[in-house]
Amino acid sequence: MDSAIANPQAEQDQAQQHEHAVLPQHRHHFATEEQQREAGSFGMWLFLLTEIMFFGGLFFAYLLFRNWYYDAFVTASNQLSVPLGAVNTAILITSGFFMALAVWAAEVRKQGLLVLFLILTTLLGFAFLGIKADEYHEKYEKHHIPGASFDTSQFINPAAYGLSEKPLAPDAAQKTQLFFFLYFAMTGMHALHMVLGLGILFWLMIRAQRGDFTSGYVAPIENFGLYWHFVDIVWIFLFPLLYLINRHPLAH
Amino acid sequence: MAHEAQPEQHIHDAANVTNPEHAEHHIVSPAQYAAVFATLLACTALTVFAADINLGVFNPIIALAIASFKGVIVILFFMHVKYQSNLIKVTVGAGFFMFLVLVTMTLSDYISRAWGLW
Repeated sequence: MDSAIANPQAEQDQAQQHEHAVLPQHRHHFATEEQQREAGSFGMWLFLLTEIMFFGGLFFAYLLFRNWYYDAFVTASNQLSVPLGAVNTAILITSGFFMALAVWAAEVRKQGLLVLFLILTTLLGFAFLGIKADEYHEKYEKHHIPGASFDTSQFINPAAYGLSEKPLAPDAAQKTQLFFFLYFAMTGMHALHMVLGLGILFWLMIRAQRGDFTSGYVAPIENFGLYWHFVDIVWIFLFPLLYLINRHPLAH
Repeated sequence: MAHEAQPEQHIHDAANVTNPEHAEHHIVSPAQYAAVFATLLACTALTVFAADINLGVFNPIIALAIASFKGVIVILFFMHVKYQSNLIKVTVGAGFFMFLVLVTMTLSDYISRAWGLW
């Protein structure tokens, strides 16, 4: 406004009238704090819907190929360690629990607790990735990573490896590569989401330590919580589909 | 502060459909989070236990039912959807509904490609 530039006193009056404009939880283009909060949650959920579609494509591919190459998928799936998968599920759920508590701590403006919960969320995230890396390494040693050095001998002649699985014909055994491809694609994309999340967590920790989120501005913590819980939900479905549902193959 | 001068602006008005953001802001308590957390851990133990029993075609069905239940309570409580406005609730529901529509349509295509040829 020209008059405000010309008249410093008028500018100051306007700044006082619109004091809320400088609060991060109430930017000037929102009518109320509630409206800004709602717009933020709505936007975050729209992003998560695109994530549902993204992971959904992978889940659909798994559903289809498991039906087409059932025997290969059963045999390959039983190579995964249920105890490691179950422990990782518990770790991720605990990480999500601490993230939920972090949102609570920000809401009730407890800065120390907020930082503590963010640190615990991060530590458990790293524990999950550590176990995942150990599982990947075991697949590498067994030549179960799809590609030129993939080895089907365990699936063609399981008895020689002390396995009680049904032996697969060589062409069917090749289809185990498809299972492992989807295993690495799905858990790999999930792990990439966690790596990105852990990066954001460090940034949130620094800002939380500064007190940015414990004076009424909770949106970054809340919206990151939505992301972290979404990644949790993806794993909640990956665990039974990849590790559990092939323990008792149907006779046919 | 300026915006505290007009508190009536913040009062929830269910009839206000042009400004759907007027859902009461709700803080979920740590006790409630702990109850959800315990339920999630119990469900994880249950699904691992159920996978060891031979239930035939019901093994995947039970595993997916437990996973869906876990997903729903994470969405409702950890993600606060239970306490959000109808706009957010419908948005979340639409996303999952759209995913199921896409799965159904794609799967019916694959299933019907070789119809009668087996």
